[in-house]
Amino acid sequence: MGIAATGLTKFTKNDVPIELLMGSSVKPIFNEATNLEHKDIEVVLTSTNANNKYLANIVSEFCGISPKIAHSVESLCNSGTNCIVSAYAYILSGLAKTALVIGAERTDSPGLVLEWDKSRGQYKHPIYWSSMFTSAHMRKYGTTMENLAYVSAKNHRNALDNPHAYFEREYSLEEIMESKNLTTHVRLLDCSMPCNGAGAVLLASEDVITKFVDSPVWITGIGQKATSAGFTKNNDLTSMSSTIHSAADAYQMSGKKPVDVDVAELHDAFSICEIIELEDLGFSKKGSGAAYVKQLYDTNNRKINPRGGLIGSGHPLGATGIAQTIEIFQQLQGTARKRQIHNSKVGLVHNMSAASTSSTVLVLES
Amino acid sequence: MNKFEKELKNNNFLCSQCTNCDKIVWPPSEFCSKCFSDVIWRPVSKYAKLVEFSSKDNNYFCIAEFEDSIRVMGSVENASDLHVGQTLVLINCDYDGREKFVFKSVSRT
Repeated sequence: MGIAATGLTKFTKNDVPIELLMGSSVKPIFNEATNLEHKDIEVVLTSTNANNKYLANIVSEFCGISPKIAHSVESLCNSGTNCIVSAYAYILSGLAKTALVIGAERTDSPGLVLEWDKSRGQYKHPIYWSSMFTSAHMRKYGTTMENLAYVSAKNHRNALDNPHAYFEREYSLEEIMESKNLTTHVRLLDCSMPCNGAGAVLLASEDVITKFVDSPVWITGIGQKATSAGFTKNNDLTSMSSTIHSAADAYQMSGKKPVDVDVAELHDAFSICEIIELEDLGFSKKGSGAAYVKQLYDTNNRKINPRGGLIGSGHPLGATGIAQTIEIFQQLQGTARKRQIHNSKVGLVHNMSAASTSSTVLVLES
Repeated sequence: MNKFEKELKNNNFLCSQCTNCDKIVWPPSEFCSKCFSDVIWRPVSKYAKLVEFSSKDNNYFCIAEFEDSIRVMGSVENASDLHVGQTLVLINCDYDGREKFVFKSVSRT
Protein backbone atom coordinates (compact mmCIF):
# COMPACT_ATOMS: atom_id res chain seq x y z
CA MET A 1 0.00 0.00 0.00
CA GLY A 2 1.42 3.35 -0.96
CA ILE A 3 0.94 7.07 -1.35
CA ALA A 4 0.74 8.17 -4.97
CA ALA A 5 0.15 11.93 -4.81
CA THR A 6 -0.43 14.79 -2.38
CA GLY A 7 -1.92 18.26 -2.17
CA LEU A 8 -1.63 21.00 0.41
CA THR A 9 -2.96 24.52 0.90
CA LYS A 10 -1.15 27.40 2.51
CA PHE A 11 -1.97 27.56 6.24
CA THR A 12 -3.57 30.94 6.97
CA LYS A 13 -6.26 32.65 8.97
CA ASN A 14 -8.21 33.54 5.81
CA ASP A 15 -11.93 32.92 6.21
CA VAL A 16 -12.54 30.10 3.74
CA PRO A 17 -15.39 27.52 3.97
CA ILE A 18 -14.09 24.09 4.92
CA GLU A 19 -15.37 22.37 1.78
CA LEU A 20 -13.49 24.92 -0.34
CA LEU A 21 -10.33 24.38 1.74
CA MET A 22 -10.64 20.66 1.15
CA GLY A 23 -11.30 21.05 -2.56
CA SER A 24 -8.25 23.32 -2.87
CA SER A 25 -6.02 20.57 -1.51
CA VAL A 26 -7.42 18.00 -3.97
CA LYS A 27 -6.61 20.08 -7.04
CA PRO A 28 -2.82 19.46 -6.87
CA ILE A 29 -3.46 15.70 -6.63
CA PHE A 30 -4.89 15.70 -10.15
CA ASN A 31 -1.87 17.70 -11.36
CA GLU A 32 0.65 15.47 -9.60
CA ALA A 33 -0.77 12.01 -10.28
CA THR A 34 -0.32 10.82 -13.81
CA ASN A 35 -3.32 9.29 -15.59
CA LEU A 36 -5.62 9.92 -12.61
CA GLU A 37 -9.26 10.13 -13.59
CA HIS A 38 -12.15 11.00 -11.31
CA LYS A 39 -13.61 7.53 -11.73
CA ASP A 40 -10.41 5.97 -10.37
CA ILE A 41 -11.14 7.23 -6.83
CA GLU A 42 -13.15 4.63 -4.96
CA VAL A 43 -13.02 6.02 -1.41
CA VAL A 44 -13.15 9.61 -0.18
CA LEU A 45 -12.56 10.17 3.53
CA THR A 46 -12.58 13.60 5.15
CA SER A 47 -10.67 14.34 8.32
CA THR A 48 -11.94 17.22 10.43
CA ASN A 49 -13.43 18.24 13.76
CA ALA A 50 -15.83 20.64 12.06
CA ASN A 51 -19.50 19.96 12.64
CA ASN A 52 -20.34 20.01 8.93
CA LYS A 53 -22.53 17.06 8.01
CA TYR A 54 -22.10 14.81 4.95
CA LEU A 55 -18.79 16.55 4.27
CA ALA A 56 -17.08 13.70 2.40
CA ASN A 57 -20.03 13.53 0.01
CA ILE A 58 -20.13 17.31 -0.41
CA VAL A 59 -16.41 17.53 -1.16
CA SER A 60 -16.68 14.54 -3.50
CA GLU A 61 -19.40 16.31 -5.44
CA PHE A 62 -17.37 19.55 -5.52
CA CYS A 63 -14.50 17.57 -7.01
CA GLY A 64 -16.64 15.60 -9.45
CA ILE A 65 -15.97 12.29 -7.70
CA SER A 66 -18.62 9.59 -7.11
CA PRO A 67 -16.82 7.17 -4.78
CA LYS A 68 -18.08 3.84 -3.46
CA ILE A 69 -17.40 4.92 0.11
CA ALA A 70 -17.45 8.46 1.53
CA HIS A 71 -17.50 9.57 5.17
CA SER A 72 -15.71 11.66 7.77
CA VAL A 73 -13.23 10.58 10.44
CA GLU A 74 -12.87 12.61 13.64
CA SER A 75 -10.33 12.06 16.38
CA LEU A 76 -9.38 15.60 17.48
CA CYS A 77 -5.76 16.41 16.62
CA ASN A 78 -4.85 13.04 15.09
CA SER A 79 -7.92 12.88 12.86
CA GLY A 80 -5.62 13.10 9.84
CA THR A 81 -3.56 10.00 10.45
CA ASN A 82 -6.62 8.12 11.75
CA CYS A 83 -8.19 8.90 8.38
CA ILE A 84 -5.14 7.58 6.53
CA VAL A 85 -5.23 4.39 8.59
CA SER A 86 -8.94 3.95 7.82
CA ALA A 87 -8.22 4.38 4.11
CA TYR A 88 -5.37 1.87 4.40
CA ALA A 89 -7.78 -0.64 5.93
CA TYR A 90 -10.35 -0.16 3.17
CA ILE A 91 -7.71 -0.87 0.53
CA LEU A 92 -6.14 -3.77 2.43
CA SER A 93 -9.58 -5.35 2.86
CA GLY A 94 -10.09 -5.36 -0.90
CA LEU A 95 -13.12 -3.09 -0.75
CA ALA A 96 -11.25 -0.52 -2.82
CA LYS A 97 -8.00 -0.02 -4.71
CA THR A 98 -7.71 3.74 -4.23
CA ALA A 99 -8.65 6.19 -1.50
CA LEU A 100 -8.48 9.97 -1.35
CA VAL A 101 -7.95 11.28 2.20
CA ILE A 102 -8.66 14.98 2.71
CA GLY A 103 -8.09 16.78 6.01
CA ALA A 104 -8.99 20.35 6.90
CA GLU A 105 -9.75 22.60 9.84
CA ARG A 106 -10.68 26.19 10.57
CA THR A 107 -9.74 28.32 13.56
CA ASP A 108 -13.34 28.16 14.78
CA SER A 109 -13.07 24.37 15.14
CA PRO A 110 -14.98 22.83 18.06
CA GLY A 111 -12.08 20.37 18.37
CA LEU A 112 -9.73 22.76 20.17
CA VAL A 113 -11.05 21.95 23.66
CA LEU A 114 -12.40 18.59 24.89
CA GLU A 115 -15.30 19.72 27.07
CA TRP A 116 -16.22 16.12 27.94
CA ASP A 117 -13.18 15.60 30.15
CA LYS A 118 -14.58 16.23 33.63
CA SER A 119 -11.27 15.31 35.20
CA ARG A 120 -9.76 18.52 33.82
CA GLY A 121 -12.20 20.66 35.84
CA GLN A 122 -11.90 24.33 34.87
CA TYR A 123 -8.58 23.65 33.18
CA LYS A 124 -9.75 22.28 29.85
CA HIS A 125 -7.62 24.44 27.57
CA PRO A 126 -4.57 22.53 26.24
CA ILE A 127 -2.10 24.97 27.90
CA TYR A 128 -2.97 23.36 31.23
CA TRP A 129 -2.11 19.77 30.32
CA SER A 130 1.00 21.06 28.64
CA SER A 131 1.96 22.83 31.87
CA MET A 132 1.58 19.56 33.77
CA PHE A 133 3.85 17.65 31.36
CA THR A 134 6.40 20.45 31.45
CA SER A 135 6.45 20.75 35.22
CA ALA A 136 6.82 16.98 35.63
CA HIS A 137 9.62 16.72 33.03
CA MET A 138 11.49 19.60 34.63
CA ARG A 139 11.30 18.03 38.05
CA LYS A 140 12.43 14.60 36.95
CA TYR A 141 15.01 15.47 34.30
CA GLY A 142 16.01 19.07 35.00
CA THR A 143 14.52 20.33 31.74
CA THR A 144 14.51 24.14 31.59
CA MET A 145 12.46 26.87 29.93
CA GLU A 146 15.53 27.55 27.79
CA ASN A 147 15.45 23.93 26.60
CA LEU A 148 11.85 24.48 25.49
CA ALA A 149 12.83 27.62 23.60
CA TYR A 150 15.20 25.60 21.42
CA VAL A 151 12.27 23.50 20.15
CA SER A 152 10.34 26.59 19.14
CA ALA A 153 13.37 28.36 17.64
CA LYS A 154 14.33 25.26 15.60
CA ASN A 155 10.85 24.65 14.28
CA HIS A 156 10.16 28.29 13.41
CA ARG A 157 13.51 28.33 11.58
CA ASN A 158 12.67 25.13 9.69
CA ALA A 159 9.27 26.58 8.72
CA LEU A 160 10.97 29.41 6.84
CA ASP A 161 11.59 26.97 3.98
CA ASN A 162 8.05 25.61 4.07
CA PRO A 163 5.95 27.67 1.64
CA HIS A 164 2.72 26.36 3.21
CA ALA A 165 3.58 27.33 6.81
CA TYR A 166 1.51 29.83 8.76
CA PHE A 167 4.57 31.51 10.29
CA GLU A 168 6.92 33.25 7.89
CA ARG A 169 9.57 34.61 10.23
CA GLU A 170 12.29 33.33 12.49
CA TYR A 171 12.12 33.79 16.26
CA SER A 172 15.28 34.12 18.30
CA LEU A 173 15.78 32.22 21.53
CA GLU A 174 15.53 35.55 23.34
CA GLU A 175 12.21 36.43 21.70
CA ILE A 176 10.82 33.05 22.65
CA MET A 177 12.13 33.29 26.21
CA GLU A 178 10.53 36.73 26.54
CA SER A 179 7.21 35.87 24.88
CA LYS A 180 4.10 36.10 27.03
CA ASN A 181 3.84 33.62 29.88
CA LEU A 182 0.48 31.89 29.50
CA THR A 183 1.34 29.84 32.59
CA THR A 184 4.57 29.45 34.56
CA HIS A 185 5.46 26.58 32.24
CA VAL A 186 4.04 27.61 28.85
CA ARG A 187 4.92 30.73 26.85
CA LEU A 188 3.01 31.95 23.83
CA LEU A 189 5.81 30.91 21.45
CA ASP A 190 5.89 27.40 22.94
CA CYS A 191 2.40 26.84 21.50
CA SER A 192 1.21 25.72 18.08
CA MET A 193 -1.21 28.10 16.38
CA PRO A 194 -4.72 27.03 15.33
CA CYS A 195 -5.23 28.10 11.74
CA ASN A 196 -7.06 27.30 8.52
CA GLY A 197 -5.61 24.79 6.11
CA ALA A 198 -6.09 21.54 4.22
CA GLY A 199 -4.10 18.61 2.92
CA ALA A 200 -4.90 15.59 0.79
CA VAL A 201 -3.18 12.31 -0.04
CA LEU A 202 -4.05 9.68 -2.62
CA LEU A 203 -3.51 6.11 -1.43
CA ALA A 204 -3.51 3.14 -3.79
CA SER A 205 -2.95 -0.58 -3.68
CA GLU A 206 0.33 -2.02 -4.89
CA ASP A 207 -1.18 -3.43 -8.08
CA VAL A 208 -2.53 -0.10 -9.39
CA ILE A 209 -0.32 2.57 -7.82
CA THR A 210 2.27 2.71 -10.60
CA LYS A 211 -0.47 3.93 -12.94
CA PHE A 212 -0.39 7.18 -10.93
CA VAL A 213 3.24 7.55 -9.84
CA ASP A 214 6.57 6.04 -10.87
CA SER A 215 8.07 5.91 -7.37
CA PRO A 216 5.43 5.55 -4.67
CA VAL A 217 6.07 6.01 -0.96
CA TRP A 218 5.05 2.88 0.91
CA ILE A 219 3.25 2.74 4.25
CA THR A 220 5.14 -0.06 5.97
CA GLY A 221 4.28 0.45 9.62
CA ILE A 222 1.19 1.57 11.52
CA GLY A 223 0.68 1.89 15.26
CA GLN A 224 -2.33 3.37 16.99
CA LYS A 225 -3.31 3.50 20.63
CA ALA A 226 -6.16 5.19 22.48
CA THR A 227 -5.18 5.06 26.16
CA SER A 228 -8.22 7.04 27.25
CA ALA A 229 -10.13 10.22 26.53
CA GLY A 230 -9.51 11.83 29.91
CA PHE A 231 -6.11 13.47 30.39
CA THR A 232 -5.63 12.27 33.96
CA LYS A 233 -5.36 8.61 32.90
CA ASN A 234 -1.79 9.17 31.61
CA ASN A 235 -0.21 8.36 34.95
CA ASP A 236 3.43 9.23 34.24
CA LEU A 237 3.46 12.86 33.18
CA THR A 238 7.03 12.63 31.87
CA SER A 239 5.90 10.17 29.18
CA MET A 240 3.10 9.73 26.69
CA SER A 241 1.78 6.21 27.11
CA SER A 242 -0.14 6.07 23.83
CA THR A 243 2.93 7.23 21.92
CA ILE A 244 5.10 4.48 23.40
CA HIS A 245 2.52 1.83 22.47
CA SER A 246 1.83 3.08 18.96
CA ALA A 247 5.55 3.47 18.22
CA ALA A 248 6.24 -0.11 19.32
CA ASP A 249 3.54 -1.44 16.99
CA ALA A 250 4.67 0.69 14.04
CA TYR A 251 8.31 -0.33 14.48
CA GLN A 252 7.34 -3.99 14.78
CA MET A 253 5.11 -3.93 11.69
CA SER A 254 7.76 -2.19 9.58
CA GLY A 255 10.72 -4.11 10.97
CA LYS A 256 12.45 -0.76 11.51
CA LYS A 257 14.07 0.70 14.59
CA PRO A 258 14.46 4.34 15.66
CA VAL A 259 18.04 4.32 14.37
CA ASP A 260 16.76 3.42 10.88
CA VAL A 261 14.60 6.56 10.63
CA ASP A 262 16.11 9.27 8.43
CA VAL A 263 13.46 11.93 8.92
CA ALA A 264 10.47 12.37 11.23
CA GLU A 265 7.48 14.59 11.80
CA LEU A 266 6.59 14.83 15.49
CA HIS A 267 3.44 16.32 16.98
CA ASP A 268 4.87 19.40 18.73
CA ALA A 269 1.58 20.88 19.90
CA PHE A 270 3.76 22.51 22.56
CA SER A 271 7.54 22.64 22.94
CA ILE A 272 7.55 20.05 25.72
CA CYS A 273 5.77 17.58 23.44
CA GLU A 274 8.69 17.30 21.00
CA ILE A 275 11.12 16.65 23.85
CA ILE A 276 8.97 13.90 25.38
CA GLU A 277 8.16 12.38 21.98
CA LEU A 278 11.82 12.20 20.98
CA GLU A 279 12.34 10.10 24.08
CA ASP A 280 9.19 7.98 23.77
CA LEU A 281 9.78 7.28 20.06
CA GLY A 282 13.31 6.08 20.84
CA PHE A 283 15.27 8.87 19.16
CA SER A 284 16.91 9.76 22.47
CA LYS A 285 17.14 8.30 25.94
CA LYS A 286 14.67 9.39 28.61
CA GLY A 287 15.80 12.73 29.93
CA SER A 288 17.97 13.44 26.87
CA GLY A 289 15.32 14.85 24.55
CA ALA A 290 16.21 18.46 25.33
CA ALA A 291 19.92 17.92 24.64
CA TYR A 292 19.00 16.20 21.36
CA VAL A 293 16.92 19.22 20.29
CA LYS A 294 19.76 21.61 21.13
CA GLN A 295 22.13 19.54 19.04
CA LEU A 296 19.71 19.65 16.11
CA TYR A 297 19.41 23.42 16.49
CA ASP A 298 23.13 24.07 16.82
CA THR A 299 23.99 21.96 13.77
CA ASN A 300 20.99 23.14 11.70
CA ASN A 301 19.95 19.50 11.38
CA ARG A 302 16.40 19.27 10.05
CA LYS A 303 15.84 15.57 10.70
CA ILE A 304 13.05 16.27 13.19
CA ASN A 305 10.15 18.38 11.94
CA PRO A 306 11.76 19.63 8.72
CA ARG A 307 8.58 21.47 7.66
CA GLY A 308 8.58 23.34 10.98
CA GLY A 309 6.30 21.04 12.93
CA LEU A 310 3.03 22.34 14.33
CA ILE A 311 4.79 25.21 16.09
CA GLY A 312 6.26 26.62 12.89
CA SER A 313 3.65 25.49 10.35
CA GLY A 314 0.46 26.08 12.32
CA HIS A 315 -2.03 23.48 13.52
CA PRO A 316 -5.25 23.09 11.52
CA LEU A 317 -6.28 20.01 13.51
CA GLY A 318 -7.84 17.76 10.85
CA ALA A 319 -5.15 18.69 8.32
CA THR A 320 -2.13 18.31 10.59
CA GLY A 321 -1.61 14.55 10.31
CA ILE A 322 -2.08 14.77 6.55
CA ALA A 323 0.43 17.64 6.26
CA GLN A 324 2.94 15.69 8.36
CA THR A 325 2.53 12.69 6.06
CA ILE A 326 2.92 14.88 2.98
CA GLU A 327 6.21 16.22 4.34
CA ILE A 328 7.58 12.71 4.80
CA PHE A 329 6.26 11.73 1.34
CA GLN A 330 8.19 14.63 -0.19
CA GLN A 331 11.31 13.86 1.83
CA LEU A 332 11.29 10.24 0.66
CA GLN A 333 10.64 11.28 -2.93
CA GLY A 334 13.50 13.78 -2.78
CA THR A 335 11.19 16.70 -3.62
CA ALA A 336 11.38 18.63 -0.33
CA ARG A 337 13.61 21.32 -1.92
CA LYS A 338 15.43 23.42 0.71
CA ARG A 339 14.05 21.19 3.46
CA GLN A 340 15.42 18.00 1.90
CA ILE A 341 17.22 15.56 4.18
CA HIS A 342 19.81 13.97 1.91
CA ASN A 343 19.16 10.39 0.86
CA SER A 344 16.08 9.81 3.06
CA LYS A 345 14.77 6.27 2.75
CA VAL A 346 12.76 5.78 5.95
CA GLY A 347 10.44 8.36 7.51
CA LEU A 348 8.17 8.47 10.54
CA VAL A 349 5.01 10.40 11.33
CA HIS A 350 3.83 10.90 14.90
CA ASN A 351 0.41 12.49 15.38
CA MET A 352 -1.44 12.62 18.71
CA SER A 353 -4.58 13.96 20.34
CA ALA A 354 -5.77 15.52 23.56
CA ALA A 355 -2.68 15.41 25.77
CA SER A 356 -1.53 12.27 24.01
CA THR A 357 -4.47 10.26 25.25
CA SER A 358 -4.28 8.76 21.76
CA SER A 359 -1.46 8.57 19.23
CA THR A 360 -0.77 7.37 15.72
CA VAL A 361 2.66 6.47 14.35
CA LEU A 362 3.26 5.73 10.67
CA VAL A 363 6.47 4.42 9.15
CA LEU A 364 6.91 5.30 5.49
CA GLU A 365 9.56 4.03 3.08
CA SER A 366 10.67 4.97 -0.42
CA MET B 1 -27.38 18.60 34.56
CA ASN B 2 -26.79 14.98 35.45
CA LYS B 3 -26.56 13.68 39.02
CA PHE B 4 -22.79 14.18 39.24
CA GLU B 5 -23.07 17.79 38.09
CA LYS B 6 -26.05 18.58 40.36
CA GLU B 7 -24.25 17.20 43.40
CA LEU B 8 -21.04 19.00 42.49
CA LYS B 9 -23.01 22.25 42.31
CA ASN B 10 -24.20 21.49 45.86
CA ASN B 11 -20.55 21.17 46.94
CA ASN B 12 -20.73 17.36 47.03
CA PHE B 13 -18.02 15.55 45.06
CA LEU B 14 -19.39 12.11 44.24
CA CYS B 15 -17.92 9.27 42.28
CA SER B 16 -19.57 6.26 40.71
CA GLN B 17 -18.60 2.84 42.08
CA CYS B 18 -19.63 -0.53 40.70
CA THR B 19 -22.17 -2.51 42.77
CA ASN B 20 -20.70 -5.78 41.50
CA CYS B 21 -16.91 -5.46 41.28
CA ASP B 22 -16.36 -2.29 43.40
CA LYS B 23 -14.41 -0.54 40.65
CA ILE B 24 -14.37 3.23 40.97
CA VAL B 25 -15.50 4.51 37.59
CA TRP B 26 -13.85 7.82 36.75
CA PRO B 27 -14.74 10.07 34.95
CA PRO B 28 -18.22 9.31 36.34
CA SER B 29 -20.55 7.03 34.45
CA GLU B 30 -23.94 5.37 34.85
CA PHE B 31 -22.40 1.91 34.51
CA CYS B 32 -19.18 0.07 35.34
CA SER B 33 -16.49 0.24 32.64
CA LYS B 34 -15.19 -3.20 33.64
CA CYS B 35 -18.27 -5.42 34.16
CA PHE B 36 -21.05 -3.10 32.93
CA SER B 37 -23.01 -3.51 36.18
CA ASP B 38 -24.90 -0.69 37.84
CA VAL B 39 -23.06 1.85 39.95
CA ILE B 40 -23.82 3.62 43.18
CA TRP B 41 -22.96 7.24 43.80
CA ARG B 42 -20.90 7.89 46.90
CA PRO B 43 -18.89 10.77 48.36
CA VAL B 44 -15.20 10.95 47.52
CA SER B 45 -12.67 11.45 50.33
CA LYS B 46 -11.89 15.10 51.00
CA TYR B 47 -8.17 14.38 51.03
CA ALA B 48 -6.04 14.04 47.94
CA LYS B 49 -2.39 13.64 46.99
CA LEU B 50 -0.73 16.40 44.97
CA VAL B 51 0.44 14.83 41.68
CA GLU B 52 1.65 17.89 39.75
CA PHE B 53 1.18 21.64 39.77
CA SER B 54 1.84 24.88 37.93
CA SER B 55 0.51 28.42 38.10
CA LYS B 56 -1.00 31.15 35.99
CA ASP B 57 -0.75 34.76 37.16
CA ASN B 58 0.24 33.54 40.64
CA ASN B 59 -2.86 31.35 40.84
CA TYR B 60 -1.88 27.73 41.32
CA PHE B 61 -3.54 24.81 39.58
CA CYS B 62 -2.79 21.15 40.02
CA ILE B 63 -3.58 17.51 39.41
CA ALA B 64 -4.72 15.88 42.63
CA GLU B 65 -5.41 12.19 43.22
CA PHE B 66 -8.14 10.91 45.53
CA GLU B 67 -8.22 7.36 46.90
CA ASP B 68 -5.22 6.30 44.74
CA SER B 69 -7.36 6.46 41.62
CA ILE B 70 -9.45 9.55 40.97
CA ARG B 71 -7.40 12.34 39.41
CA VAL B 72 -8.81 15.81 38.84
CA MET B 73 -7.45 19.23 37.96
CA GLY B 74 -8.28 22.07 40.32
CA SER B 75 -7.00 25.27 41.86
CA VAL B 76 -4.94 25.52 45.05
CA GLU B 77 -5.64 28.39 47.41
CA ASN B 78 -3.02 29.99 49.65
CA ALA B 79 -0.38 27.85 47.98
CA SER B 80 3.11 28.13 49.37
CA ASP B 81 5.90 25.59 49.27
CA LEU B 82 3.81 23.05 47.39
CA HIS B 83 5.55 19.73 46.86
CA VAL B 84 4.51 16.71 44.86
CA GLY B 85 3.16 13.94 47.06
CA GLN B 86 1.86 16.23 49.79
CA THR B 87 -1.71 16.08 51.02
CA LEU B 88 -4.34 18.52 49.84
CA VAL B 89 -7.88 18.94 51.10
CA LEU B 90 -10.81 19.71 48.85
CA ILE B 91 -12.37 22.83 50.35
CA ASN B 92 -14.93 23.56 47.68
CA CYS B 93 -16.41 22.16 44.50
CA ASP B 94 -18.95 23.61 42.12
CA TYR B 95 -20.39 23.28 38.64
CA ASP B 96 -21.16 26.18 36.34
CA GLY B 97 -20.98 24.37 33.02
CA ARG B 98 -17.48 23.25 33.98
CA GLU B 99 -16.44 21.31 37.05
CA LYS B 100 -14.65 23.31 39.70
CA PHE B 101 -12.40 21.86 42.39
CA VAL B 102 -10.66 24.07 44.96
CA PHE B 103 -7.90 22.68 47.20
CA LYS B 104 -5.66 23.93 49.95
CA SER B 105 -2.59 22.44 51.56
CA VAL B 106 -3.06 20.48 54.73
CA SER B 107 -0.84 18.81 57.27
CA ARG B 108 -2.49 15.56 58.25
CA THR B 109 -1.85 14.35 61.76
